[in-house]
Amino acid sequence: MAVRLQTEPFDLGAEVARLTEGRSDIGAVVTFTGICRNRADSGAELVALTLEHYPGMVEEELGRIEAEARARWGLADALVVHRHGRILAGEPIVLVVTVAPHRAAAFEAAEFLMDYLKTSAPFWKQEETAVGRSWVASKAADDLAAERWKK
Amino acid sequence: MKLLYFAWVRERVGRAEEEAEAPAGVGTVAELIDWLRGRGPEYEHAFEAGPAIRAAIDKRHARPDAPIAGAREIAFFPPMTGG
Repeated sequence: MAVRLQTEPFDLGAEVARLTEGRSDIGAVVTFTGICRNRADSGAELVALTLEHYPGMVEEELGRIEAEARARWGLADALVVHRHGRILAGEPIVLVVTVAPHRAAAFEAAEFLMDYLKTSAPFWKQEETAVGRSWVASKAADDLAAERWKK
Repeated sequence: MKLLYFAWVRERVGRAEEEAEAPAGVGTVAELIDWLRGRGPEYEHAFEAGPAIRAAIDKRHARPDAPIAGAREIAFFPPMTGG
């Protein structure tokens, strides 16, 4: 199960190298990196995000989503790395890597992983600005994005 | 059973977890929420959003009509905002 939860930043290049090293059966690698913007949803300047999570359930839920993506798109490999704790503006939050024989499967599976992760992995973002802290509200657009993958 | 609270549900309830035994007649997630709301103003405040509050039974997402019999751990939290 290639799912990892960590507080420290990750190295995209090193992760991709690890996934593809010694393999000649793959034709496509797609990566998505989610980065902490310097604007809060209110428009105020954002200092940092703090990500709270449900230990245990996060790993299980990400594992279920990853297993579904592997099976549905016949992936050669997949990786999800998600940070928690305090993340400064400009730092990476989440990494999704999909590896497949062809690009269409790798692109689609990466989108699926992100759409599902946003609506079903138990993480909650709190924004930190000059005026204080506030919890980020969920977005209807994220629910719609996840809906489209329902078979 | 153990009850867990996360994010602003945790802040409003004022604790991250507690042990609780629901009385007879409380058989589903929705009924458990109704019972919790009667325990005090902090619970009423935490659960006033009603169906917007999500639940998980033993670390799996659970709908309001899910039965809670046999659950070891039930968690309540706002809609998720990771990624």
